[in-house]
Amino acid sequence: MLEMRRENLLNAGIALLLLAVPLVAWAIDETYYITVASRVAILALAGVGLNLALGFGGMVSFGHAAFFGLGGYAAGVLSHHAFEGSAFMSWPVMIDGSDSTLTLWFAALLLSGVVAAIIGAISLRTTGVYFIMITLAFAQMIYYLAISLPTYNGEDGLPLYLRSNLPGLDLSNDLTFFFVCYALLLLAIFLSVRIVGSRFGAALECARQNENRLSAIGIAPYPVKLTAFVLSAMITGLAGALFVELNGFVSPSILSWHLSGEIMIFVILGGVGRFYGPIVGAALFIVLETVIGGYTERWQLFLGVILLGVVLFARGGVIGLLAGKARHD
Amino acid sequence: MTEPLLVLDGLHKSFGALRATDNVSLDLAPASIHALIGPNGAGKSTLIAQIAGSLKPTAGTVRFLGQDITALSVPKRAQLGLGRTFQVSSLAMAFSALRNVMLAVQARQHATFRFWRPVRVDRSLIDPSMAQLERVGLKERAHLPVTALSHGERRQLELAVALALEPKVLLLDEPMAGLGGEDSLRMTEVLTGLRQDVAMLLVEHDMDAVFRLADKISVLVYGRVIASGSVEDIRASQEVRDAYLGE
Amino acid sequence: MSAAFIFEQLLNSLQLGVMLFVMAAGLTLVFGVMGLINLAHGSLYMVGAFFCAWVAGETGSFWIGLGAGLVAAAAAGAIIEMLVMRRLYDRDHLDQVLATFSLILIFNEGTRWVFGAQPLYLDIPDALATSVPLPGGGGYPLYRLMIIGFGVLTAVGLYLLISRTRLGMQIRAGESDREMIGALGVDINTLYTLVFAIGAMLAGLAGALVGALQSVEVGMGEPVLILAFVVIVIGGIGSIKGALIGAILVGLVDTLGRAFLHQLFALALPPAEANGYGAALASMSIYLLMAIVLAWRPKGLFPVNA
Ligand SMILES: Nc1ncnc2c1ncn2[C@@H]1O[C@H](COP(=O)(O)OP(=O)(O)OP(=O)(O)O)[C@@H](O)[C@H]1O
Ligand SMILES: [Mg+2]
Repeated sequence: MLEMRRENLLNAGIALLLLAVPLVAWAIDETYYITVASRVAILALAGVGLNLALGFGGMVSFGHAAFFGLGGYAAGVLSHHAFEGSAFMSWPVMIDGSDSTLTLWFAALLLSGVVAAIIGAISLRTTGVYFIMITLAFAQMIYYLAISLPTYNGEDGLPLYLRSNLPGLDLSNDLTFFFVCYALLLLAIFLSVRIVGSRFGAALECARQNENRLSAIGIAPYPVKLTAFVLSAMITGLAGALFVELNGFVSPSILSWHLSGEIMIFVILGGVGRFYGPIVGAALFIVLETVIGGYTERWQLFLGVILLGVVLFARGGVIGLLAGKARHD
Repeated sequence: MTEPLLVLDGLHKSFGALRATDNVSLDLAPASIHALIGPNGAGKSTLIAQIAGSLKPTAGTVRFLGQDITALSVPKRAQLGLGRTFQVSSLAMAFSALRNVMLAVQARQHATFRFWRPVRVDRSLIDPSMAQLERVGLKERAHLPVTALSHGERRQLELAVALALEPKVLLLDEPMAGLGGEDSLRMTEVLTGLRQDVAMLLVEHDMDAVFRLADKISVLVYGRVIASGSVEDIRASQEVRDAYLGE
Repeated sequence: MSAAFIFEQLLNSLQLGVMLFVMAAGLTLVFGVMGLINLAHGSLYMVGAFFCAWVAGETGSFWIGLGAGLVAAAAAGAIIEMLVMRRLYDRDHLDQVLATFSLILIFNEGTRWVFGAQPLYLDIPDALATSVPLPGGGGYPLYRLMIIGFGVLTAVGLYLLISRTRLGMQIRAGESDREMIGALGVDINTLYTLVFAIGAMLAGLAGALVGALQSVEVGMGEPVLILAFVVIVIGGIGSIKGALIGAILVGLVDTLGRAFLHQLFALALPPAEANGYGAALASMSIYLLMAIVLAWRPKGLFPVNA
């Protein structure tokens, strides 16, 4: 009980800290850090998505960059067409480009969700290392597709010149953009809390612990896991759409397997199956990148060493270190 | 004669050259306990697994409530009313005892794809689950994680989970194994109390319990049923004594 | 489309296939014996290539370089086995993935530190820098034929090692049962280090050989690593035979896809589009192959009971 309370306090602190950084940056006119905070929020959102599959469902997906990238491409390509004034497709149905934020988000959710349903349907027939490898391979497949299709500039990617329109808000203002990302992040965490605490979540967590038990009481694990996988991918896909807007650029690098590894790192650094863990993980990652990266180009070397240390000696991640073991009562 | 609930017809299961189940045919009548005894490695658990659906028989059929279920998956069979306990406890280890039972109640209600309402405060899950835990004597331990339960308590929890499914037939794989005298007595009582509602196929090494509970006993040796009959028949059978009771 | 072209493409697929086999054999051996999934296998490939290129550049001899590459990769393998991998055997796959992913970051930056950011170049030894005439006209580089030869030798060597030697017997015992091999009176730590070093050396061999065909640069091992994973997933993780069949299949599908798919598309589409779609489908083809195999056989073509 005490530990629960400690974790709740910690979570509140984490959420407030992430909110405070851009506000302070804005107050002292260091706008660069507003963008950094938005990056953290977006990458954390991607991690929140993966955490649902990996942390709660035990599905070690090594291909979540695919969903991040697909979300990004869905948003990027539609806004590219809107800017050009061209149609995305004219046959069999007419689909125009769009500069409406909600449309872009919807497209990102839809595309990542549909592809996740296909990838998940095949991948979840396998378990263990096979699952890790097959999700990796599917992500590579989409990566190579994006690289070799000339329509959207292949490897070079597409620049996006304008942020999209969200009624009542001006997304081209960096602070406003941060607030939107932050709100979506908290919303996604809230949704995860509800889902994990629900009946569905109970079945999902049982699937992680003991699939035979779940089957024996008459709940088929496959549809439970597939549903969670799709939800997880959609959250990560939405993060991809935000990422592309933040950078004003979409390219296959957001589909690369390094990114899949990094999203996993966010989850693990923070603590597997901890709702706020991905924020800590993404923040640590970005801080390492900016701070160590400020001293030396070799920051990835230090990242590697730190990560190795966490995996070998600090299982449970940062939240595990600070708040003790996770509880399921 | 009423229709048997469960009928095994000519089941065979081979692992390579080993015949773990060799032409087994059995029935289970309503409101009865059919005990399955036999030495270690006789193929009792393998048989249970084929009935529950986690192993596919090499040949033969399993009929349940008049329906051929040989091709059905484990969850489908469970939904039809076939409950089981495992010889080696198989539970959601990170969950509390209560959450393990609640999941079974939820499965019974066919209401898993609900994403919003927290189960922690769901009386429609908690109350029936507590009732099952009380029945097996685990009420006080309801909020402990399974990892904190003793071996015997896990056996009791297995039974509570299976009962929460309100099964028509229970497959029990050595429910008394590892239980102390008192717990084992309690388990016997619980099973006696159940027999009117649930028919049971009981695998058990504890002969006192078997003789006290069973309406019918089958003896399995090297995958074959070498004898089948009432408690008296089996006690009296020379063949069974030679092969198994070792008297 | 001439017969010589087809023949050349077949040889190319074979060359890719045997190289993938050499990579995949190490991966699958380590998984089979120790149950470890090692993402850093591509880094050992890179180490082999870099040391080969560096030593060959200093000494002027490709063969000395090759020897150095093998030794360096095996040594690097033995060191990471003793420092890191050993702590991972009892961990779940997630920990293994993350730890070995960290190793990739460390190896990449470390290599950049030692060798600089510029790629190195490794020349094909003069004696091999010629072509062999192909039946039906044209020629095929002798060096690539030699690679095929090395691959075949590796396959035969591994077969003999595993089926005929004492070490092989211990490896087979280790695959089926970790306790049993302790009972055989084998020092399990030494055995694991040795197996890991052998796998690393094979990766180094592949890296050094392929290094002469392309530039030797940081990150070169990663695409190959992923291909090798596709190979062992198709073949059945832990199965050397599966790795061989999987590697040949992947080599064939990838090479032939790149060579012929765009021509297939050209039957229906204008050339520019046909090239684009052909290239896109070709680069996806092996993953499609894998998806089909796994949808049909979730544990690969030659499943190993684990
Ligand atoms: N998956 C399997 N593969 C190969 N052999 C198996 C498998 N499962 C069980 N066996 C073998 O089948 C035989 C029957 O095993 P089973 O577990 O059914 O025996 P049992 O009667 O339940 O024994 P016990 O009283 O010890 O629980 C044994 O010889 C066992 O080794
Ligand atoms: Mg048994």
